[in-house]
Amino acid sequence: MIRLEGVGKHYPGAARPAVDGIDLLIEEGRTCALIGPSGCGKTTTLRMVNRLIEPSSGRIVVAGRDVTAADPVKLRRGIGYVIQGTGLFPHLSVAGNVATVPRLLGWDRARIAARVDAMLGLVGLDPALFRDRRPASLSGGQRQRVGVARALAADPPVLLMDEPFAAVDPLERGRLQREITEILRRLRKTVILVTHDLDEAIRMGDTVAVMRDGRLVQHDRPDQVLAAPADAFVAEFLGSDRALRRLTLLTAAAACRSGERPPEGAPEVPAEASLQVALSILLGSGAEALAVVDGGPRPVGTLSLAAIRALAAGLPDPSGAVARSPPLV
Amino acid sequence: MLDLVAWLRAHPDLLLRTGGEHALLSGLSLLIAAGIGLPLGIALTRQPRLAGPVVALVNTLRTIPSLALLVIMLPLLGTGTAPSVVALVLYGLPAVLLNTMAGLGGVPSDIVDAARGQGLAPAQVLARVELPLAAPVILAGLRSAAVQIVAAATLAVFIGGGGFGELISAGMGLLDTPQLVAGALAVAAMAGAAELGFGWAERMATRRLGPTAP
Repeated sequence: MIRLEGVGKHYPGAARPAVDGIDLLIEEGRTCALIGPSGCGKTTTLRMVNRLIEPSSGRIVVAGRDVTAADPVKLRRGIGYVIQGTGLFPHLSVAGNVATVPRLLGWDRARIAARVDAMLGLVGLDPALFRDRRPASLSGGQRQRVGVARALAADPPVLLMDEPFAAVDPLERGRLQREITEILRRLRKTVILVTHDLDEAIRMGDTVAVMRDGRLVQHDRPDQVLAAPADAFVAEFLGSDRALRRLTLLTAAAACRSGERPPEGAPEVPAEASLQVALSILLGSGAEALAVVDGGPRPVGTLSLAAIRALAAGLPDPSGAVARSPPLV
Repeated sequence: MLDLVAWLRAHPDLLLRTGGEHALLSGLSLLIAAGIGLPLGIALTRQPRLAGPVVALVNTLRTIPSLALLVIMLPLLGTGTAPSVVALVLYGLPAVLLNTMAGLGGVPSDIVDAARGQGLAPAQVLARVELPLAAPVILAGLRSAAVQIVAAATLAVFIGGGGFGELISAGMGLLDTPQLVAGALAVAAMAGAAELGFGWAERMATRRLGPTAP
């Protein structure tokens, strides 16, 4: 759990605070994507959580402890930290990099070696092949995987990620986003992810927090932010295609009327496909409804164009498809 | 050539004594220059506001000719080894200091940020990340300081500091060409050895940063 209470950062001589009294609650095991235009204070906010920047006001509570009163060096050993371009140590092997925090914590050699291999396996790198290599010999994506393995090595409950995949090519980025999100969910890490990439925020965030000029403008589930932007700024930041983006969050299975027989000859869509894919099939085929199939003998249900339209517009959703997680505090 | 060999055969003790003096003078001066330059360079990268004036001062020091530097010591510290060492330290210090600062300044800031973010204490960031990454540039500074000091130590003879300069000045005074050449070649050999030694260390430190482990 991470809680920010009225956290602000005012640099001496600056006209306005870089961060202006932010209240933010990230529940245990959830990922909050902090997003906003450059200079909005999102990175400053992130770096105050592990005290790389000292807050000028407010309180930050991480896993029940007030970090503003803690020793910053010890504090950081208990908080995973992943940055853009990874910041891997070029003079150390992959294993040496991953072992950074366990070594600082004084683990014995055998425990560190076992942990390094487990972490590399976790992020999809074969320990036998990668353990002894240098960061310079890795691809951008592999480096970023090592960066995540290093951050998770001492099993911190909380992880801070600052534009972690910005330097990775788009194909690899998508794969990394999916895999790392899955790992973080499975390990129940509480995560703050700073990004300027809306797709990344929607894909990885359980919640999205939009910042502007040092203030938190909106914090909600991705589908809620997309459906109901708090103001004109958020709406513009999300873009005119936010209704389409929102469809990527919903599956055909969750949005269809289950049990209803589809019309004769209706095109099929896999149950796990997103509504964006379903809409594409509908538009391409000219049909009014799709048969949602899951490989069983009969279709799961019927997905109509009208249902997608209603969901995209953010209308009350009769099937409850959007309510994935409990409402935010 | 034959004269040179004959002279060397006839004066092994003299060669050994002046060589010992030269090595002691140079080694001690380099050690002290490093002992001042490294910590000062580290401190100045942590206090960027002081770095500008100090660098300007050190660069001024650089423009003073080595002989002048030695002679300046004469009224201040008299003759002998001590004033020679002080002059040579001042002579070698700029290369050590400036390269230490350049090396540390060249460490990518994201790597330092990552190190701090993982929970390395400031001294650990310096010892485990910054110094290893700056090592090639710092060693290059030590290399040029060593060569400069070994060469300049030849002049120490003028203020009674001894060393190979004795052979050269005696050779000139007595018109003893073999002795003069022996002294000159000995200085060149010692400077070359310093160059090779530190060059090797520099390459090792650079390779540590490469894509494959050494």
